[in-house]
Amino acid sequence: MRSAWLLLAVALLAHAEERRSGRDTMSPALRTLQADDAQHPAQLALAMGREQWAAGAKSCASCHGELEKLRGAAARYPAWDQGLVDLPGRIQRCRVRHQQQPAWAAEAEPLLALAALVAQQSRGLPLQPPRGPELDKAAAQGQRLYTTRIGALNLSCAQCHDERAGQRLGGSLIPQGHVDDYPVYRLEWQSLGSLQRRLRGCLSGVRAKVWDWDSGELLALELYLARRSAGMAMQAPGVRP
Amino acid sequence: MATRAVITLPAAVKAGEAFEVRTTVAHAMETGYRSSDEGARLLRDLVRRFECRLDGELVFAANLFAAISANPYLAFWLRAGKSGELSFVWHGDNGFEHRETRPLTVA
Repeated sequence: MRSAWLLLAVALLAHAEERRSGRDTMSPALRTLQADDAQHPAQLALAMGREQWAAGAKSCASCHGELEKLRGAAARYPAWDQGLVDLPGRIQRCRVRHQQQPAWAAEAEPLLALAALVAQQSRGLPLQPPRGPELDKAAAQGQRLYTTRIGALNLSCAQCHDERAGQRLGGSLIPQGHVDDYPVYRLEWQSLGSLQRRLRGCLSGVRAKVWDWDSGELLALELYLARRSAGMAMQAPGVRP
Repeated sequence: MATRAVITLPAAVKAGEAFEVRTTVAHAMETGYRSSDEGARLLRDLVRRFECRLDGELVFAANLFAAISANPYLAFWLRAGKSGELSFVWHGDNGFEHRETRPLTVA
């Protein structure tokens, strides 16, 4: 009995150690690109974000003060505030409610720039998505979506990112699908993109109906993924091939 | 949206010693070979030429073409004997032009 418990403990430990961020599976050149701020392809966006942070009479800075005060904020999303909200969604709400400005379009350049800038402040901190009754419900829905086969290819997220992570799809490595570096600068996109954009890309990849921006499904899946990656250190904004 | 560029220079430069200059400029670098989601051809829009001058003297230049990524990033090495002003200019299609200057202090 004792040895069985020991085996279980060892197995769980081994499983925990198997969690691997997407950035650790990249080539050394790409890892350098992400690690070196002077080479990072998102540096233009970050510069734009800093401009945006201080822009206007009712700027982000006028409420939040120093940018560094938001250290840790990005690690605690998606959150519940009269509905599920992710980090770009929170920035949109701030813009509409407090700055009285029209919301940006999904994936608008200044929105991604601000999200990257805020996420950058939490570098090195572990992802800590919050808990609560509504959040638990949404996370359960997210988990269901993660394990449900969809699309003409009849694939679930789990079939690639749990069962076949580390193998190859064509020439590309299938990552474990951790969300510790979002938003990311994807070289294929030649721009920053949010987690929702990444998920929508996967949906159209399996020939499924692509969920709307900020739909309940996307947000629930984001929440489940954040919990799945909980405890991993953020290094946003990431670089991905 | 205002055009933006990021230029990284070392904090201290010694006379006669090589130092690295890193530049990137916000630009889509549209190749002219792609189509939009609606099927229309996306017109070519490239940065064509980059020049770096130290007090007006050309010290580095590059011609850019369609295979270069968006937000072209160029890193190069320079050697300077005395302090001066580094000026950077990017020229491109559709009258694109962006200029930046940075003071260079040589110890």
